[in-house]
Amino acid sequence: MSLPALRALHNLFIPSLKVRCIVLPRRIHHKIRHFEPRTCSKALFTTYSALQHGEYERLPPKSEEDVVNIRVVDRDGIEFDIRGKVGDNLMMLAQLHDVDIEGACEASLACCTCHVYVEEPYFERLDEPDVKEEDLLDMAPFLAENSRLGCQILLRKDLDGMLVRLPVGTRNMRVDQKGQQKEENEDRSTR
Amino acid sequence: MTSLIHQRLCVHAYSQSLYRFSQCLSTSSWANVPKVCVIGTGPAGFYTAMKLVKDHPSVCVDMYEKLAVPYGLVRYGVAPDHPEVKNCINQFTSVANKDRCSFLGNVTIGKDVTVPELRNNYDAVVVASGAWEDRKLNIAGEEEVISARRLVGWYNGLPQDSWLKPALHKTEHAVVIGQGNVALDVARILLSPIDRLKNLDIPEAVLSQLSKSKVRRVTLIGRRGPQHVAFTVKELREMTKLDGLTYDILRKDCENLPDIIKNADRSRRRLLELVHQCSENAQSLDRNLRLWALRFLRSPISVQSQEGTVTGLTLAINRLESNKAVTTGDEEELACDMVIRSVGYMGTKFDPSLPYREDTGTIDNVNSRVTGLPGVYATGWAGSGPVGVIASTMTQSFQCAKTILADLPALHVLPGKPGKDGILPLLQSRGVFTLNHGS
Repeated sequence: MSLPALRALHNLFIPSLKVRCIVLPRRIHHKIRHFEPRTCSKALFTTYSALQHGEYERLPPKSEEDVVNIRVVDRDGIEFDIRGKVGDNLMMLAQLHDVDIEGACEASLACCTCHVYVEEPYFERLDEPDVKEEDLLDMAPFLAENSRLGCQILLRKDLDGMLVRLPVGTRNMRVDQKGQQKEENEDRSTR
Repeated sequence: MTSLIHQRLCVHAYSQSLYRFSQCLSTSSWANVPKVCVIGTGPAGFYTAMKLVKDHPSVCVDMYEKLAVPYGLVRYGVAPDHPEVKNCINQFTSVANKDRCSFLGNVTIGKDVTVPELRNNYDAVVVASGAWEDRKLNIAGEEEVISARRLVGWYNGLPQDSWLKPALHKTEHAVVIGQGNVALDVARILLSPIDRLKNLDIPEAVLSQLSKSKVRRVTLIGRRGPQHVAFTVKELREMTKLDGLTYDILRKDCENLPDIIKNADRSRRRLLELVHQCSENAQSLDRNLRLWALRFLRSPISVQSQEGTVTGLTLAINRLESNKAVTTGDEEELACDMVIRSVGYMGTKFDPSLPYREDTGTIDNVNSRVTGLPGVYATGWAGSGPVGVIASTMTQSFQCAKTILADLPALHVLPGKPGKDGILPLLQSRGVFTLNHGS
């Protein structure tokens, strides 16, 4: 086989290798959450796409006084214990720790994809939601009494120990829109 | 000479090993990789692909798009004055950049390649094609009615709608049939002063036409009462707060809203409270400003026009009977210069092999699994009908991805399917150029 032909074969071959690049299984990802941002190399974090915003959340807490521990339970029921700090945005902090929380509008208060349930007594302690947030929550699937938008929650010292759940959303979605509406309403009433 | 022979031998050995290695990959690993294709690259397609790639260690996802560019309604449907809603494009881009995801633009499924062909080449086919048709009014003079879907496509720069030249320079009063979020979007864009629009992402040609607009009044017509409006509270509140814009809602239409509000659930209650509050405030507003109005219990019967210019609209007056609109037999004339229909989108029957529902154009499915076609899934508006915001599409698409991942072990039988390696030669033989992400 001639060299150019070989090179062609080689070139053909490289992209297909790229396709088969090894991706960390979820379990390993979850272990990363126990790392503290300051103990991790910067290179590790630059591989996460969610970090284009949320710079503040990457900074380490100034002192132990500033630390706010929260627990987030994702859609699959996996618990994430996150060590945050005062002033952190809940959505961005959770994204930083690889929780499957979406933020389609990037915290610009234009969607409701970061919809979460905040468990008592912490729900009561949060500031009253803005009218705009309430308007968006009205569109959120599986709305409940303790629904909030994750991107509107800033951590404070009195929120230490807060438990936050992501909507499970495993209800069967029916074909017709009326059926779907019905299912969603049922879900609301059972919560 | 010896060195030359040695070199040849080395090259031969290298090529042999490379060959064997590639054989081994192509017969085992590559075949072991499950391949899924997604039809449509709007939010439903991207959220499904994102979840599939995230939750499966090796699945490869190919995304087919009929247009040259991805993002569907995020690009061509979301109003240009809501740029923050389009932020999700950043995340979609990162999905498209993943090694295991491919974007194949300029491929029309059903025409360039069919769903049965995709099924032969992929372990699973996800239909996330959205709803691109719009419902018609089926009234006399319909040909003079402008489709809101096309109007939205026009001001967002959708190539197929760039020919639409609404006669805004001759229009003072536009009537929109329908009271959903699209109707409000259209009213907002038509009534916005050009200074508000010129910094937005709107094509130059469209801006120059909008700058000649004489629209002073937009009336949104609903066939039922104020308790049945389809828009959401966020969009309505935005409309009430725009500078230089006022509104008109008749107080007598909203008289019995307080009783209805008592029994409504949270989101309905908050929306109706705002409608009621608006009807109270409307009386004291300055009528000399540009104005939008809500009119209820009216159904269009016919559109009058002279030499291709709309002159008026005949409306039937309805009453409510157990939440259904029933005509009273009375009619009403409404003078206007433009009629826009915005009574919902419909699915397109783009491939005859899929089971469509006649009334909605959606694809028959249970939990995203398309009826009668194992390995085919429907999500987003193609599966559930054109309702809901991006969050509902996201929830549904994540659910669809989970369903696919649960079915994948049964669907992926060795020897594996070729994926796009089987489709690309087909497209090439049919003279279809595909566009990739980044090209």
